[in-house]
Amino acid sequence: MDSSRLEFLRGSLDVLILKALVWGPLHGYAITSLIRRHSEDALLVEEGTLYPALWRLENKGLLEAEWGLSENNRKAKFYRLTPEGRRQLRNEVKTWEAYAAAVAKVLSATQPPEPEKIA
Amino acid sequence: MTSLPMWRRYARFFGADPGADVKDELRFHLDAKTDDLISQGWTPSEARREAERQFGDLKGVQKIGTQMGQRMERRKRFSDYGRDVRQDIHYTFRTLSRDPGFAAVSILILALAIGANIAVFSVVNTLLLRPLPFPNSHELVWIAPPPTGCGLSCATYSADAYEEFRDQSRAYQGVTGYEAFTTPDNFRLAGRGEPQPATGIEVVANFFQVLGVRPDMGRLFTPEESRGPHPVALLTNAYWRRQFASDPSIVGKAIELSGTPFTVIGVLPDAFDFGAVFSPGAKVDLFVPLDLDRERMWGNIVTLIGRLKPGVTVAQALDDANRVAPNIYFNTKYPQTLGRYKGNLIPGSLKDYVTGKLRRSLIALWCAVGAILLIAGVNLSNLLLARAAARAKEFAVRGALGASRGRIVRQLLMESLVLSGFGALLGLGLAFAVVRWLAHQGSVALPLLSALRIDGQAMGWTVLIAISTAMIFGLLPGLRIASGNLNDILKDSGAGAGLGRKHERLRAALVISEIALACMLLVSAGLLLQSFLRVLDVDLGFQPEHAASINVEYDDSAPNNEASIAKRSEIFQQVLERVSTIPGVEAAGIADYLPLGPNRDWDTPVPQGKTFVPGQYPDPLVYVITPGFIRAMGIHLRGRDFTWADGPHSERVVMINVSAARTYWPGEDAVGKILMRDKEEDHVVAVVDDVREESVEQRTAAQIYYPAIQQGPSSAHLVVRSSLPPATLGPSVLRALRELNPNQPAAEFQPIRTIVDRAVSPRRFFMLLVAAFAGLGLALAALGIYGVISYSVTQKTQEIGVRMALGATAGRVQRDVTLGTLRLAGWGIIVGTIASLASVRLIASLLFSTSPWDATTYFGMLLLLLVVALLSGYLPAKRASSIHPMVALRNQ
Repeated sequence: MDSSRLEFLRGSLDVLILKALVWGPLHGYAITSLIRRHSEDALLVEEGTLYPALWRLENKGLLEAEWGLSENNRKAKFYRLTPEGRRQLRNEVKTWEAYAAAVAKVLSATQPPEPEKIA
Repeated sequence: MTSLPMWRRYARFFGADPGADVKDELRFHLDAKTDDLISQGWTPSEARREAERQFGDLKGVQKIGTQMGQRMERRKRFSDYGRDVRQDIHYTFRTLSRDPGFAAVSILILALAIGANIAVFSVVNTLLLRPLPFPNSHELVWIAPPPTGCGLSCATYSADAYEEFRDQSRAYQGVTGYEAFTTPDNFRLAGRGEPQPATGIEVVANFFQVLGVRPDMGRLFTPEESRGPHPVALLTNAYWRRQFASDPSIVGKAIELSGTPFTVIGVLPDAFDFGAVFSPGAKVDLFVPLDLDRERMWGNIVTLIGRLKPGVTVAQALDDANRVAPNIYFNTKYPQTLGRYKGNLIPGSLKDYVTGKLRRSLIALWCAVGAILLIAGVNLSNLLLARAAARAKEFAVRGALGASRGRIVRQLLMESLVLSGFGALLGLGLAFAVVRWLAHQGSVALPLLSALRIDGQAMGWTVLIAISTAMIFGLLPGLRIASGNLNDILKDSGAGAGLGRKHERLRAALVISEIALACMLLVSAGLLLQSFLRVLDVDLGFQPEHAASINVEYDDSAPNNEASIAKRSEIFQQVLERVSTIPGVEAAGIADYLPLGPNRDWDTPVPQGKTFVPGQYPDPLVYVITPGFIRAMGIHLRGRDFTWADGPHSERVVMINVSAARTYWPGEDAVGKILMRDKEEDHVVAVVDDVREESVEQRTAAQIYYPAIQQGPSSAHLVVRSSLPPATLGPSVLRALRELNPNQPAAEFQPIRTIVDRAVSPRRFFMLLVAAFAGLGLALAALGIYGVISYSVTQKTQEIGVRMALGATAGRVQRDVTLGTLRLAGWGIIVGTIASLASVRLIASLLFSTSPWDATTYFGMLLLLLVVALLSGYLPAKRASSIHPMVALRNQ
């Protein structure tokens, strides 16, 4: 499977960004690399979608941004979860897990379902 | 993440720049990526290229970022502003609650001023600005001769003239009219317990159609109901509710009116108030169709009201009327009466007829409350200034902590907005009460008063004046404070110095303008009061005290005129004999019309031996009276009163008033002379004083009195003169009348004084209002003086202390403070007098035999102002003189 071609399901990028920030503030580049490393290079976030997503989340008040210095002393914009963002992440994770479990159940089915009884 | 070093935080010193932010953020991303690639072994230039390739559409992302950033910036600024406002409000409430006395006084001042403004606005709106309560009311015109001395009796036309005018005019959708000489309680409603008096107006059948009034129930009159007798009636809504208990099936029922059964054909809507429009202060119960055929024999009795065709102007209607007038007969049977109305058919807007006379009074009233608002505003400004001076330090500290001047001004504006907001709320409450009270003043003869209410427009006006008051008077202290030098204030110790001098000058100027405004109000009120007193002093020509009248029901119907006269003579003599025997009654008499009410004229008598030239002799107002009436009314008479011997077969006799005598026989004694009416000779037996006719304030033209048994009276008002109060006398008079005629309705026994009071009620109403406003203005000005003097005493405590320590006496100190007060009052009075002299022209036309430059009034009012000023300066002066030098110096 060509990992760079892996398309994000709609909305899943947001939850990944939120998740990436639970350990502390990060700048955009660090978020991409964090997601890449956690997914063992399976998920490559495109810059063209990452930054608009970050700004959108900031706009919604789920993230807040602050200018700071990066590891090699460059001025970088750091994002941090707001309490609202943290709450959002918890909900999204729950939804995501339920969804994934449901999809997994269907995909792992080995025989057609029993016909539904009509009362 | 490491924090940015201090110097780098200034990168956005000149405000946020979302575009640059996005560029920086993305550049950092590319740099970091390039670094990573280099560390993986790429050459720097290739690494850079690769990073850019991987990024893709850099420009596109940048654009999205800039847009989103700008949107966010805007939102942030907006929410910052909202937070600031919330903070300001919160802070305002905290400061105001720390000084509840100040808040209460300011809110009260504003409430009084704003309340007066709303109430007067409602009156002005109802009477002047709002259209009359009829659909397309701008099309309605009142047709009358040019204004002359004789009021309604000239503004009427004969039945023939009405029909000719209606048929020949081309300007109107419809022309209608009503019988103008209805007296109150002209009907007797019987068959429902005790007979009840009722007031009914005879209207031309198309009256309601022309006005555009639709019945709530039933139908309106039809055109043929104005030809010949048709006993049908329309009830007003109020009468239907009161007298018939809102009977839902009243339509079609018969009611007995003055002995004739009438069929109720409909009930009019509640919104239609005849009295409010055409006859202020009068209450009307029902309408019956005017029988034009019967009225043809009478004189001018119909008013003319027309509804113009759409698009026709009043000027065009006038041209049309001038074209038609020469072709109109007074009575088509008499060719010589052709053209009698030439130049006497002038259409004018109905609205002007109803309220035009009040325009000046109302504008004056509006100016008066405007002045009140100004005084209140200046007062508020003054109070805020004094507070601002005391709070100078607080603002300086806030300024030093980074609050911008704009922010501080905004804070002060917010305070005045909150104050005026509360003031407006309270004022609205006051105005509601006042307007409710006014709307129920049935005894004030002002049109449309019953339609008075506080509507959306009045609310809008409230908001407008509340905000503009706050803006104008909050801004001044705000700018004052904001322009102060923070440093100076912070260095200054205590409440003393700093803004002191400049401030005091400004406050003195404000107080002077307050006094000047109050002075103008007082002078106007004084002049109006003077006029009112002069009006009360007018020689009415009769003595209203100790006389009262009651409407007498009688039935003189008979097969012929002679029998009718005989019957009437007997009834009237019986009534007067009975009433005269009641203990306490000094005189009694009957007349068909009373002074200060509507009246009519009949024709144009000419002195014997002179020839009639049209326009040379007046059409005198006619009274048909019994012997005794002149004495009962207290009219002064020279000659002899009528007697019961002046009957149908004896010599015809008349009395004329002084004005008539002067016109007919200038320089001669009229008693014994003869007036000719066509072939009929009327012997003048007496000359009586002029009796005020249309209004107390207008001179009276010619009047003529006929005996009730030589001419036909149209009704009977019994006038009784007695020193007993009407309340005690009334029941015995009514009992006497009932004994003679069981049908006599329980009519009101009305003191003649109340007729006079009603006639002067509009003037009293305006005078009282202006006087109340002047009083309010004076009180506010006094408060302003007190505030300023008291403040300056507080500020000068040390100075006074030093002076007293150096030997100044308490009296000396007190004199100085009083002199300060006098100086303020003096300047205020000078400015106010000049302004009054210049502006008094506005109310000159409202005055009655009072010069707008009446020295007594000016002097009296200025003296009053001076005394009040001195009184309000007295307390602070007293306080200043009791300052103990040691205490003052120690308090430093």
